[in-house]
Amino acid sequence: MKEKIEAAKKEFESLKINTLEELENIRISYLGKKGIITEFLSSLKNVSKEEVKELGKIINEFKNEVSNKLENLKKELKEQKLNAKLESEKIDISLNGTFRNIGSANPIEKVIEELEEVFISLGFTVVEGPEVECDLYNFEMLNLPIGHPARDEQDTFYITDTMLLRSQTSPVQVRTMLANTEKSPIRVVCPGKTYRRDNDDASHSHQFTQMEGLLVDENISLADLKGTMDLVVRRLFGNVESRFRPSFYPFTEPSVELDISCFKCGGKGCELCKNTGWITVAGAGMVHPNVLTGCGYDVKKYNGFAFGFGIDRLTMLKYGIGDIRVLYTNDLRVNDFNRRDN
Amino acid sequence: MKISTNWINDYVKIDDVDKKELADKITNAGVNVQEVIGEINFNKIVVGEIINAKPHENSDHLKVCEVNIGANTEQIVCGAPNARSGIKVVVSLPGAKLPNGMEIKQSVIRGVNSNGMLCSLEELGLEEKSEGIHELPNDAIVGKSPKEYLNLDSVYLLDLNPNRKNDCLNHIGFAYEVSAVLDRNITLPQTDYTESDFETNINLKIETENVLLYYAKLVKNVEIKESPEFIKLRLTNAGMRPINNVVDISNYIMLEFGQPLHFFDADKVGRALLVRMAKENEKIITLDKQERTLNSEDIVITDGEIPICIAGVMGGLNSDVDENTKNILIESAIFDKLKVRRTSLKLDLRSEASLRYEVGINPEYTLMALKRACHLLEKYAAAKISKNEKVVNNIKTSTNVIEVTLEEINKVIGVKIENTDVIDILKRLKFDYKVEGNTYYVTAPSRRLDISIKEDIIEEVGRLFGYDKIVAKLPTLEMTTGGYVPRIKYRKDISSLMRSLGFNETRTYTLISQKNSETFNYENKENIVLLKPISNDRTHIRTNIISSLIDVLNYNEARTIDDVLIYEISNVYYKELDDFKEDMKLCALAKGNILKSDFQKTPKIDFYYLKGIVITLLEYLGYKNRIKFIRNEEIPFMHKGITADILVDNKKIGFIGKIHPSLKHDETYIFEISLDELSKNKGARIKYTAPSKYPSIKKDMSFNFRKDIIAGEVINDIYKMSSKILKNVIVFDVFDSTEHRSLAFSLTYQADDRTLNDEEVMKDFENVISKISEKYNAKLRNE
Repeated sequence: MKEKIEAAKKEFESLKINTLEELENIRISYLGKKGIITEFLSSLKNVSKEEVKELGKIINEFKNEVSNKLENLKKELKEQKLNAKLESEKIDISLNGTFRNIGSANPIEKVIEELEEVFISLGFTVVEGPEVECDLYNFEMLNLPIGHPARDEQDTFYITDTMLLRSQTSPVQVRTMLANTEKSPIRVVCPGKTYRRDNDDASHSHQFTQMEGLLVDENISLADLKGTMDLVVRRLFGNVESRFRPSFYPFTEPSVELDISCFKCGGKGCELCKNTGWITVAGAGMVHPNVLTGCGYDVKKYNGFAFGFGIDRLTMLKYGIGDIRVLYTNDLRVNDFNRRDN
Repeated sequence: MKISTNWINDYVKIDDVDKKELADKITNAGVNVQEVIGEINFNKIVVGEIINAKPHENSDHLKVCEVNIGANTEQIVCGAPNARSGIKVVVSLPGAKLPNGMEIKQSVIRGVNSNGMLCSLEELGLEEKSEGIHELPNDAIVGKSPKEYLNLDSVYLLDLNPNRKNDCLNHIGFAYEVSAVLDRNITLPQTDYTESDFETNINLKIETENVLLYYAKLVKNVEIKESPEFIKLRLTNAGMRPINNVVDISNYIMLEFGQPLHFFDADKVGRALLVRMAKENEKIITLDKQERTLNSEDIVITDGEIPICIAGVMGGLNSDVDENTKNILIESAIFDKLKVRRTSLKLDLRSEASLRYEVGINPEYTLMALKRACHLLEKYAAAKISKNEKVVNNIKTSTNVIEVTLEEINKVIGVKIENTDVIDILKRLKFDYKVEGNTYYVTAPSRRLDISIKEDIIEEVGRLFGYDKIVAKLPTLEMTTGGYVPRIKYRKDISSLMRSLGFNETRTYTLISQKNSETFNYENKENIVLLKPISNDRTHIRTNIISSLIDVLNYNEARTIDDVLIYEISNVYYKELDDFKEDMKLCALAKGNILKSDFQKTPKIDFYYLKGIVITLLEYLGYKNRIKFIRNEEIPFMHKGITADILVDNKKIGFIGKIHPSLKHDETYIFEISLDELSKNKGARIKYTAPSKYPSIKKDMSFNFRKDIIAGEVINDIYKMSSKILKNVIVFDVFDSTEHRSLAFSLTYQADDRTLNDEEVMKDFENVISKISEKYNAKLRNE
């Protein structure tokens, strides 16, 4: 019997198993109900007690050897099979991906939102007003009576004698002050569409965009205005210098223009700043007492500043757009505005 | 406005000042000098003498010149016809920079070396057009700078703000600004003349209060000839063409004082001057030989009967000064600004004179300008001056004394300005003032019509003190929260959702054409139309955004972009009775592929895709289970089989569908929603609901219906026929054959409080099957 077992062992060790099917057949032929090892074990009942101990040990060792070996081999073969499957599923990863569009914002909207973020953080409320506006708010209550020469500079689209497409966002100042029945302090900005009778070309557009701002409170000065403007322009253009130049707007007195040092040439003079080193980005000033009084504010107690940004121009400067019409053409090939700006 | 700095030098000394630096100072103080013209950098520019000029071998017009420039001689090729030996010329040597930007370099012209350029006045920026090189006087010293042999004048091109047009549209006014900026004295021009022994014996009568001040003065025996050189030069530099001494003097005075003068031929006028409002349809032939029809809004000067001049605008042909004129009646007057403005606009006759009337005239200059004209006419036209003048003065004089304190100035400017600084600035401005402690009483000067209130004085002090001295700070105010008003927040949230769904935001024009407005006016809104549009494409204010997005689509299709997903949120406007109404609309247009792959097939946009977008949007806004779509066959520009109204809470808020193939043959889908209408329905708040703990059971059924069955109606019926345990019904398969339409439904059953048993579910399910079969006469399909 001992010899039989040894022979079976030798035979098992010489076996070559290549597939999982072969392995299963061999498992059955050794370890199955009628398998070789099972038969060895059952033949133990025919031997003496002394031999049982010795042979039992040998058979069990053989059984362990077979089951361990088959178990390991099974793992190996399974892995081989899986690997072969994976190999067969290999794809060409160099082919391009599948895309879903991220909708892009209009560049004007992006600039507006950057400005809004600064102003909201300073406690300003973003408000709006109608584009079809009355002459009273667009001009008269802004200290621009009929016949005022400054009206010439804003060639306006009239709808009737008294109604028009607003030529500036400034009427929202009037609306905000009139709506404030308590006549309490105000901090608002108002971005919006504006219209003038200009023929469209690279630098003119009959429709354009402004952002108006108004702050009414006690003891406000040009220094406060400058500080506020500095925050905004640095947010948009980085670490630029700024300056006030005296200017004129009927609804502010004193009036200033806000220039920033040219961010392209650093103030040395280039094409962008027309060799002046400075770029005008906003008009501003201290709210004219006629405007405050007309809206029911007590000028003995309150004063304030107002400002207006030409958003189209800021957008063009910020993104290097040379033609204002680009902002309204909506060419979908221009597609760098659907991502984070760095 | 062009300002000759040579001319300014007559009133305030600036010949020792760099004109570019001065221009910057003036600009920073508030009067914009847009450009300095005629500034020449004389580095490498010298006087030379042509000692030899021979024809160029390879050219029939070029000459090769030997030019003596003092230290040596240079060979220079020149094309000017007047280049010849013996003349003194302006030579730019290599390295010189001409005002037009040209940089001179050594060059080879048709094989001949040329070491510089001989300049014309045009090239030096001193003349608009030159015929040849400029010839200097014979005594010019070779090798020296040609500066002193040229009529140099730096001209300032002003870009004036409207408030400074009243004083800076003339040289004296601008000189006051220069004197304030530089802190220098000012000298007014001479106005003296010899009175002759005759009188201005005209009968002057003013019959309208629109004439504020009117002087008439007679001068005799004028000799009409060419003006002296300095007048011609100054007029030219200031942008006016010299004509003859008499006309030039009148223009000269206008540019000097800002007071327009009018010269009548005294012999054509007669004995009377009557100024009145024109009669309706009264006619006059103006200097330009045009007949003009006037009305009662126009001021006219008449000879007592007929008009001889439209006040402030243009003279009549019947009284004008010509080459035979001997005696002149000079008018120096102030007319109502608005009347002159309206008349000049109406007749389309805007002139230098009318412009100055519009911005306002300093009444203190009216007589001074008249006298100055007499001074010049005597000097340069040999005129004899009458000993008196006729005047009518309707100006109600009242001096405006403005009171302002140092504290008020400092409060507004936000920087510490001392009492002495303020006094210094008021002196520089040549304002009349009184000081009591820290309070200033400033008399508003009549040459600065823009100064009338306290804030104007504060601005004057601030701008001359220098805004660069302001130290920026943030306002110290009570803390408050900022943010968006709800309507803007609503718009922004929707906009950002649309972008995240892959739609690009567009920004299009509010003004559209009448045709587009009419074609797409699906709501039959009354358009708001411009009174005076600038083009036929932009006459109507849009009542919706549809045509704008179709325009964007067309633009991009023309550039072979096939996948278009765009949206815009914009206010649109319309009229309702006599009211102007605003409506915030969202419009979206989609066409092409949803996904982009270079090599794989991806789904195309269709009605259901866009419907999914609409539902996603409305559910995002909190309208889940409150949305309905109802077929709409009435919109003419839409495919009537593929268009539906969108309803929320049974109220129509917009529509969705496919654009009519006659407009867009490609599969193009669009929806538009009134966001103002939508937001009237309150969206649900976010609220936590625990998911059911009990399992759900799905049951499927499939029927053959008649061909025109509407799936949504069957679904509604299934809900009605079922008990409460039916949670959801969907159609998961649709098959249309020629005989019938088969629909497969999946029903989900679930209870919130227990596990459903099969029996209960089957009872409901079988009940639904039998009722549907019965109601629709549909056949259950068994697979």
